Amino acid sequence: MTIDALLFQALNGLASASSLFLIGVGLSIIFGVSRIVNMAHGSLYMLGIYIAYSCATHIGGAFGFWGGIVISTLLVAAIGAMIEIVLLRRIYRAPELFQLLATFAVVLVVSDLTLWIWGNEDLLGPRAPGMTGAVEILGRRMPTYDIFMMFVGPAVLLVLYWLLARTRFGRLIRAATQDREMVGALGVDQARLFTLVFALGAGLAGLGGALQLPREPANLAIDLNLIGDAFVVVVVGGMGSITGAYLAALIIAEIKALCIALGAQTIFGVSFNFSRLTLVAEFLVMAVVLIVRPYGLMGRAQGLIRTLAIPEEPVRAADAMTKGLAGIVLAVLVVMPLASAYWPYATVLGIDMLIAALFATSLHFIKGPGGMHSFGHAAYFGLGAYGAGLAVKAGGLSTMPALLVVAPLAAFAGAALFGWFCVRLSGVYLAMLTLAFGQIVWSIVYQWETFTGGSNGVVGVWPQGLLADRSIYYWLVLALTVSGVMFLRTVIFAPFGLGLRAVRDNPLRAAAIGLDVRRIQWIAFILAGTVCGVAGGLYAFAKGSISPETIHVGRSIDGIVMVLLGGLQTVSGPVIGGPLFTLLQDTLIRQVSYWRAALGIVILIIVLVFPQGVVGSIAHWRQWLAERARRPA
Amino acid sequence: MSVLEVAGLAKSFGGVKAVDGVTFNVERGEFLALIGPNGAGKSTCFNMINGQLTPDAGDVRLDGRSIARLSPRQIWSAGVGRTFQIAATFASFTVIENVQMALLSHRGEVYRFVGGVGPRHREEAIALLDRVGMADQSYRSSRELAYGDVKRLELAIALANDPKLLLMDEPTAGMATKERNELIALVKRLVVEHGISVLFTEHSMDVVFTFADRIVVLARGRLIAEGDAASIRANKDVQAVYLGTGKVFERKGAARPSGAQAP
Amino acid sequence: MQWLKSVAVAALGLGWIGSTGADAQGPIKIGEMNSYKSQPAFLEPYRRGWQMAIEEINAKGGVLGRQLEVISRDDNANPGDAVRVAEELVTREGVALISGTFLSHIGLAVTDFAKQKKVLFVAAEPLTDKITWENGNRYTFRLRTSTYMQVAMLMPDTLAAKKKRWALVYPNFEYGQSAVAAFKKLLKEKQPDAEFVTEQATPLGKVDAGAVVQALADAKPDGIFNVLFGTDLARFAREGNTRGIFKDRTVVSLLSGEPEYLDPLKEDTPEGWIVTGYPWDEIDTPAHKAFVAAYQKRWNDYPRLGSPVGYITMQSIAEAIKKAGSTDTEKMIAAFRGLKIDTSFGPIEYRKQDHQATMGAYVGKTTLKGGKGTMKDFRYVDGGSIQPADGEVAKMRPKEANE
Repeated sequence: MTIDALLFQALNGLASASSLFLIGVGLSIIFGVSRIVNMAHGSLYMLGIYIAYSCATHIGGAFGFWGGIVISTLLVAAIGAMIEIVLLRRIYRAPELFQLLATFAVVLVVSDLTLWIWGNEDLLGPRAPGMTGAVEILGRRMPTYDIFMMFVGPAVLLVLYWLLARTRFGRLIRAATQDREMVGALGVDQARLFTLVFALGAGLAGLGGALQLPREPANLAIDLNLIGDAFVVVVVGGMGSITGAYLAALIIAEIKALCIALGAQTIFGVSFNFSRLTLVAEFLVMAVVLIVRPYGLMGRAQGLIRTLAIPEEPVRAADAMTKGLAGIVLAVLVVMPLASAYWPYATVLGIDMLIAALFATSLHFIKGPGGMHSFGHAAYFGLGAYGAGLAVKAGGLSTMPALLVVAPLAAFAGAALFGWFCVRLSGVYLAMLTLAFGQIVWSIVYQWETFTGGSNGVVGVWPQGLLADRSIYYWLVLALTVSGVMFLRTVIFAPFGLGLRAVRDNPLRAAAIGLDVRRIQWIAFILAGTVCGVAGGLYAFAKGSISPETIHVGRSIDGIVMVLLGGLQTVSGPVIGGPLFTLLQDTLIRQVSYWRAALGIVILIIVLVFPQGVVGSIAHWRQWLAERARRPA
Repeated sequence: MSVLEVAGLAKSFGGVKAVDGVTFNVERGEFLALIGPNGAGKSTCFNMINGQLTPDAGDVRLDGRSIARLSPRQIWSAGVGRTFQIAATFASFTVIENVQMALLSHRGEVYRFVGGVGPRHREEAIALLDRVGMADQSYRSSRELAYGDVKRLELAIALANDPKLLLMDEPTAGMATKERNELIALVKRLVVEHGISVLFTEHSMDVVFTFADRIVVLARGRLIAEGDAASIRANKDVQAVYLGTGKVFERKGAARPSGAQAP
Repeated sequence: MQWLKSVAVAALGLGWIGSTGADAQGPIKIGEMNSYKSQPAFLEPYRRGWQMAIEEINAKGGVLGRQLEVISRDDNANPGDAVRVAEELVTREGVALISGTFLSHIGLAVTDFAKQKKVLFVAAEPLTDKITWENGNRYTFRLRTSTYMQVAMLMPDTLAAKKKRWALVYPNFEYGQSAVAAFKKLLKEKQPDAEFVTEQATPLGKVDAGAVVQALADAKPDGIFNVLFGTDLARFAREGNTRGIFKDRTVVSLLSGEPEYLDPLKEDTPEGWIVTGYPWDEIDTPAHKAFVAAYQKRWNDYPRLGSPVGYITMQSIAEAIKKAGSTDTEKMIAAFRGLKIDTSFGPIEYRKQDHQATMGAYVGKTTLKGGKGTMKDFRYVDGGSIQPADGEVAKMRPKEANE
């Protein structure tokens, strides 16, 4: 390794930093103002590169390429504005993070739409006209376009800086980032501001995508591949700080370049391939930054974030009607396997739906009553699954002790360790630290071939003895799911649950009446993680195999979708949301070839019809009817 | 004997001395007002006493025991109740649950994972609510309360751990005159009946001069005067400070709409 | 008990969960599952391939006098969902066997499911060696060449290049890791002086091509062994061309000659890489020409590698059922063992010793022709010719898998 080589890799890092910055900066602006976790940001980026491809190949030439970049930017900005006007504007008053569900649906729809329009093949665009060659630097060849990219990031940063500092629109954005209600109070048309901000953020995503055209083929995996990176850039930089976003992109890109430059090295007789770290480098950086600087590199402590959402109703114990209904459902669930001669698939699907209910309930426990938005809850699901699976495969345990002891214990250990760090943060920073921990666990499992089976996972972990019978296993799943759900429900109504909700409602007030905020949140985190571990264990034995997907962020997001579908502000929401999501997916995947779009549309309908989640909205309507009945005629 | 002794308290932010060697005492059963124009250091001083901020120098003693570097939670355990400038309750709770929460915390019963909250300390909670005139609203959702009622609920919460000392940060901010007088009269009554000491900051000079037993005046981080209403009113330094900023009888808090709900 | 069942039936009342039941006189049902939405570039051609096969077989009267019906499902690119889909196909649809899968971890999960539920599984495409070796079982057969086979096919040309210093680049998951392990092992056996000067393990689908290409070049290798595919390959090829690192170096590259991965490269198709692949328009055996003609007539599109794989999967299943004379699992297993069929790739056999089909692949050099990538100087390598010795296979494969 020579100094020249390292210096050159640092230059490579500069070009990558620009790409990464463009991925994140639009999201940062949108999030700063609207507090919307825009899952569709990667989709907008993907549209940018596809549109640029079409321009470059259909129009062709320098105009097709460079004009295409402008066209994609504007077109994607328009699409962003449309998403805001048609969809998001209707649900700003919904509970926190509910908008995430809507943007998740947009991801699904855009994904299928892109497939439909552009087909399934990867589309590698032309090289940039005028920048097809390379320049000799340090005895190595650097593509001209990479040099161009090195300057694009800082240039966009400067333009945005000017926009934010010098224009009225920019000042409004900054003001709204600090305090949305203030801007409203100043008589600014908030709806228009939000639309413009969304268009700006989307346009930047489109620009980022379009500029990437000569460097990577347009492909359908971009949307989900990028969203993680985008969040990392936003959060490491500090929310709403575009300079921070650039700094974050630079650090991450340079660290990756360094890992690649180092390659396989032998240190003290131990050989290690640093390039393998690039799988998780951004999340390692994020975890370290958040632990040391809880508000990111350039972020400032947030005041109490005022949401536009209506505050939550007091939780009330289930009334007779709800209890009766639950009893009937439970009775049906208990007898269902007896009908397996008629519906053999009912127990199969039932097992997955019940596990989803337990998974979603454990997540809801910290999200709803706990107010901690975990984006890495799958880590505990996966730890439970792998704990149970490996206890059987490598430890020689039988099914029950693996399921009842090892699975919760593995998840407990993980939740205790990660939770200790996470509860020191709040809001989106906490969410992102959970995401980082989740991805770190995932990458370890994914690469530890000798112990976890690496990307292939562990196979051959079927339940033994009596449990091998599908019906009996179903009953076990039912029993553990009901116990788990009832346990967490009991805790919510117990003094501890009251304390947890107090801490969520007002941490300052809670501390002032002697509640140990972090300790309460930590215990809640551990409880949720442990119960989730049981769900993971059940899943492992239901499938007979475990793969790293059980830990991946995709499953964490599924969990969030389940919770939001059911309704964040109801205790029983996740019990409905989890199974509902599983059922919808299972049904649509079988019936419709464009099932992603179909699932997206169904979720969009649910979002618009049930703005409090399914259970939340039904409860809301019931209350409304009751109040109307009480009112004198 | 003094319940609270504040001695040589100091705090700087980025080289600016926000509070600079402030010393005063709160006697048992005393209703003491801490006043001063904007930027005088009232809030900083208050936040050092309640544990939100750590002092650079000096000490705060409760019944002779130092509480200066304890967390808000530990200070509460030591017997200090507190209300906030913008009244803060737990918005998703019913009124009675707010008080029950404080009682559970006071009794060390937070870490119980089974058994509903409903019946726990119910009578005691209602009794506390009764003391502030809120018993009839026990089962309402606290987010629906009028602002004045939120203030009274907050007072009930603050009383749940039988505090020796009550810290009230601008207790009447955001209230109409009539409500304001009613609230302070209520607090005063509690002070007298239960022997609680109260330290409060206040913008409204009406309230201060009518109700406070004694007044401590801060300006630019320093204590400039201390005494009863008459002597403070006559104090040349105080007049200079207030006339200089034209704030003597301005009712700043009245600008806030009375129905506003805390976040 | 009867009343209980009636209650349950009434309570559920969801007609679509109902079982259709297997009718002996109806069509033979074949379960098929794959990650269609997640991997459309490979799997759409695959789907067209098997659809065409089924249409042809049914037009000729089906098998055993019955029509074939394929019940196809998307497995959501997730082993957990894949196992549920497999269960659904078996329990609800009553399929005679299951087939498909593309991603290795899903292939493995379904392999294990087949063993547990004693269902025949024809793994069409997953490459991992474990399906036929470590995790092999008597219920699972695999059509496509394994990772090991792909690497072994490239060995003669690799050795002929006589390069000493090798740089390795691979996607950081099991496929990449085992390809590299096999490459190192096979090369060292025949050419003990070979050195491996650097290894780059890149995140799947997210290769930082500029930096990786540079790191490879900085190690000053004589040869590069590449396992990247898909979007990673496109980025790698373009950056490598622009930065001129392929010049005067031998590049050996796995799968890169398959149209799925080669076609997107267009002008960036590197010249002279030694690859495994499928030069569909250059193969001039009559059987293959007939296949291409039929495929183009049916779909108005040219075949990708997935197309013959899909076609031969269903062709194999039909032949096995014919040979077995029944859809009984045990009889089908017996039929599959040693099953010989003539395909568009030539004759293939499902080996008794490890249930691996001997379908081979084409080894040749990449070249640019009329603005499009294709292969030159290629030859077909029979999958049976590059297997490890039977003794070695037996050591890796569980004994009961061959009972």
